[in-house]
Amino acid sequence: MVTVSSVVCPVCGCLCDDLEVEIENGRIIAVRNACSVGEAKFLNYWKHRNKPMVRKNGELIEVSIDEAIRKAAEILAEAKYPILYGWSSTTCEAIKVGLELAEELGGVIDNTATVCHGPSLLAIQDVGYPGFTLGQSRHRFDLVIYWGSNPWSAHFRDLDRYSAFSEGRFQISAWRRAFAKVYARIAAKKMNAASKRTAAKYAVSPPFGSELVDTLLREDRKLVVVDVRRTATAFKADYFLQVKPNKDFELLQAFRVLVKDGELDVDEVAGVPVELMEEVVDVMINCRVGVLYFGVGLTMSKGKIRNIEAAINLTKELNARTKFHILPMRGHYNVTGANVVFAWTTGFPYAVDFSHGYPYYNPGETSVVDILCRGETDASLVIASDPVANFPKKAVKEMVSNPLIAIDPAPTPTTLMADVVIPAAYAGIEAPGTAYRMDHVPISLRKVVEPPPGCIPDEVIVKRILNEVRRLRRG
Amino acid sequence: MSKALLIKNGIVYDPLNGIDGERMDIAVKNGVIVEDVSGKDIEVIDASGMIVMPGGVDIHAHIAGSEVDAGRLLRPEDHIKDVEPKTPYTRSGVGYSVPSTWTTGYRYVRMGYTTVMNPSMPPLEARHTHEELNDTPIIDKATYPLLGDSWFVLEFLSRDMIEECAAFVAWMIKATKGYAIKLVNPGGLETWGFGGNVESIDDQVPYFNITPREIIRGLCKVNKLLNLPHTIHVHTNNLGKPGNYLTAIRTMDCVKDLADGERAIHVTHCQFSSFKGVDWATMESGADAIARYVNMHDHVTIDMGQVIFTDTTTMTADGPFQYGLHLLTGNKWVNHDVETETSSGIVPFRYRPKSIVHAVQWCIGLELALLIKEPWKVFVSTDHPNGGPFFKYPDVISWLMSEKARKTVMKKMRKAALKRTTLPSIDREYTFYEVAIATRAGPAKALGLENKGHLGVGAIADIAIYAINPENVNPSRDYKLIRNAFSRAAYTIKSGEIVVKDGKVVGYAQGKTYWVDVEISDEAMETIKMLGEVFKQYYTVEFENYPIPEDYLAASHRIPRKSGI
Amino acid sequence: MVGIKVKLVTGRSLYQGTYKEKGKTSDEYIRVVSECQMDPEDMRKLGIREGEPVRVKTAYGSVVLRAVKTPEGPHPGVIFIPYGPWANVVVNPETHGTGMPSYKGVDAEVEPAPGEKVLDLVELLKSTYRRQ
Repeated sequence: MVTVSSVVCPVCGCLCDDLEVEIENGRIIAVRNACSVGEAKFLNYWKHRNKPMVRKNGELIEVSIDEAIRKAAEILAEAKYPILYGWSSTTCEAIKVGLELAEELGGVIDNTATVCHGPSLLAIQDVGYPGFTLGQSRHRFDLVIYWGSNPWSAHFRDLDRYSAFSEGRFQISAWRRAFAKVYARIAAKKMNAASKRTAAKYAVSPPFGSELVDTLLREDRKLVVVDVRRTATAFKADYFLQVKPNKDFELLQAFRVLVKDGELDVDEVAGVPVELMEEVVDVMINCRVGVLYFGVGLTMSKGKIRNIEAAINLTKELNARTKFHILPMRGHYNVTGANVVFAWTTGFPYAVDFSHGYPYYNPGETSVVDILCRGETDASLVIASDPVANFPKKAVKEMVSNPLIAIDPAPTPTTLMADVVIPAAYAGIEAPGTAYRMDHVPISLRKVVEPPPGCIPDEVIVKRILNEVRRLRRG
Repeated sequence: MSKALLIKNGIVYDPLNGIDGERMDIAVKNGVIVEDVSGKDIEVIDASGMIVMPGGVDIHAHIAGSEVDAGRLLRPEDHIKDVEPKTPYTRSGVGYSVPSTWTTGYRYVRMGYTTVMNPSMPPLEARHTHEELNDTPIIDKATYPLLGDSWFVLEFLSRDMIEECAAFVAWMIKATKGYAIKLVNPGGLETWGFGGNVESIDDQVPYFNITPREIIRGLCKVNKLLNLPHTIHVHTNNLGKPGNYLTAIRTMDCVKDLADGERAIHVTHCQFSSFKGVDWATMESGADAIARYVNMHDHVTIDMGQVIFTDTTTMTADGPFQYGLHLLTGNKWVNHDVETETSSGIVPFRYRPKSIVHAVQWCIGLELALLIKEPWKVFVSTDHPNGGPFFKYPDVISWLMSEKARKTVMKKMRKAALKRTTLPSIDREYTFYEVAIATRAGPAKALGLENKGHLGVGAIADIAIYAINPENVNPSRDYKLIRNAFSRAAYTIKSGEIVVKDGKVVGYAQGKTYWVDVEISDEAMETIKMLGEVFKQYYTVEFENYPIPEDYLAASHRIPRKSGI
Repeated sequence: MVGIKVKLVTGRSLYQGTYKEKGKTSDEYIRVVSECQMDPEDMRKLGIREGEPVRVKTAYGSVVLRAVKTPEGPHPGVIFIPYGPWANVVVNPETHGTGMPSYKGVDAEVEPAPGEKVLDLVELLKSTYRRQ
């Protein structure tokens, strides 16, 4: 049995690199330091694997990998406007080749940010992005806000590796002051009354995770959660603001008013009582360094890019009073890498169209869901992603009505509907490569075991398809 | 392997070998310059009536890495106006001030540049820099890790543990495959972690019991101990602040006693550090004071940081400065605080000739180059893209060579601006020899690149041929011809391969990434092992995962050095 | 059957994440992404109990799911379906020019679906997209 340490977990944007795996007979049998999602991946990766398949007479038939690659290349070479989609759960090296393939084909290449943090990227392009790497969170931040993000469900170790429960260099000593005690009692009374008033109107979760007065007195790190439901993270929060669905924009803008010492004429905004908002703004202004982590709660609900713009502007404005940062919680372990590689190769982070012979970018026009809903494409290659499970029905209908190539280690709804299935090796377990953590720190994924026979790294698959396409097109 | 080349009859400028406009043949074989070539399979280039120079060497241009890529991502509007379609020899891409990596390589070689130094690499994100450099075609490149605010450096230097610091720096340079020690607003970036900044080189950095002066001196000593090919490369404190010329002079002066008769410090994009005045209303050029100091002291080199009047993108590791620029302009702002090490910031910026401050800045860059007497001390740069895009270097060359060209630009400026600089009274014009020093020989020498920047036997065959005849052309009058010729090299040869003909990319050569491997003793390695044990307290990545293996670089060029530790 | 108007939110859940690593065709994953998390008050209004089938209808589609009590209540008037093929039958594909469909905050109607079956993955894909 072999133990390998400092293994990088290829699941979410946390990209934890302190995992330890035990390998016996070429298979991983135990893993330490991973969260339950990471553990599930390391212990189950070998179970359900794809074989190379091509659909003949309506049925998926197993073929040789060479035949599958050839068929894939044929489909793409014949297509007028193919889509190359996915890229977020594979290595940068594979993405580089994918971009070269898209340029060769004159098609559109897009990554999963298009249905995730694409709006965040659009907002960043409008207003900027005061950001950081996660070590700063651990060392310096004494206020952590999660808005529309529930790390407990998607970035499990974020809280104790990087944010609210981590330990860092600059600790503020807990030092109680008599004045603080008095103030805390008064503030608690005011907020309890306010939340009673709101609760009389509609059922909401209590706004405080723990005993309120304790929270107000504590001088160490505070945790605030804003969400439409009381998530598991909210249970641990010092303040929980339950925002009405689709009303985040109003709440963010109201916060901006308060941060600039403005006044609000109403009792509540988006279902949150103003007294509670004022208390949280007070915490924000008086913190030493704060951070706003946000998730798809903001990108996917009404307002989309405007929600993020408001959040970024709030962060920028807080920098006039204290130090504040913002970070989108990226879901897949290398979606950040996909944006990074796309940007250095084409200038743009996603939704890149090559049909003119040079990169062209216009989300809404060149993003895949829109292209599919308008019926403008005639073939797709999907890699390291599962759009049949993740795209709205109308887009999926269009995608499966055209030839569909799926590159994936395991069966998914997308591979079930594909015309060509190519089995890949798992990046980070069976194939090495570079991935970018959600704060843009690049980390090298390791190969710890051999892939099953017939499964090859994504980078090699895409390269072979590219070579075959070139051979077909140039004769 | 590339075949043999014979460049016949060109008018050669090779300052490192003292050649000033001589008609000579240059022979190339197997990628290097040789005495002569003979045999059948020789490609002959007729360079009659054309200038032959070593390939350009850019000592400071932000072309790769997390900061640059964030700038690319931030500015789709910058790209949409400047696209590069795919050709049989080139990948597609975009410009303008933050071009995509493929386009960057092609645009450099089109100008006859063959070596570019990327000056700002956050060590934690070094992989990003190298991935992008791998995808920057044809040119040779290297990068400087940012070490001036690294917690380990600050802690060692505050306790005067120079040798331990040197061990750490040697390890860092190897781990990040870097080339030189870079300092940006030393001490200021750590202070920015809590939203502050330092205002002089003697300010205390909070929590670390050290001053910028001590950081600069400490790293200068480390640099000498490690025998690195370049000096410390410094972006001064107080960048972009009226009155900061004093900070620049004090920075240069604070390592004077460490020089030992050699170069000790390179102050980069010096224009941004050469402001006199107390506020924007009274801001004026301090270039004469800087030039006076540099003229009297031989331990300093600088590069210009020339401003170009255009819409460009500022990006530096100087987080607090960039935030200030955001407040000044209201433009969108990206900030990136890198744990334990450094920061960065990006703000789009437009330089306008009618702005008094911008006009003075434009003058300062040129004043520095023209008032500093020795051309081996001052090099051409725009701090791309901070002052302007690198493909405007031919404009800068034309301004250096022609007073008339300068006057044409100065006509667009307000009289109030011109009163604040000495440029209108300067009539010096660079010769082709001096241009060759400022854009090739000088930077190569300052960087310690022994086989570059010259055309002597044994040099790497990086050669630029420009379609301009010094015997027929009066650069002072015909500056537009100069500018055009330097924008489109008649030929660019990289490692013996013809990669550009008539300003178009027609070939390919594998550019190498240069990095320094300093040999340290076993005792010094003990320091590194000790750091490995506390690494996790400082960083959020494992010690084992931090260093980059050599095969990560697409084409590695390792430079071994023996050190004093 | 009388339904109630709600806002539909789709998203990640810890179990959806964990089970997708076990396999996207695994029983555990299918079970988790074919459920509809509801506020107990809303379930009472509809007269349904934990595990019973409900039909969710939006302007974009209609699908039968298994109702479960939400672990993150109270949130009356809001239902939550984890990401997956079931959720995507009913979300809004409109991206409003941003590229991002509207996965959260979709107007929906929920009603009891007695006797109706929650389909398995292959059945759902077949009936929605008419392919194997």
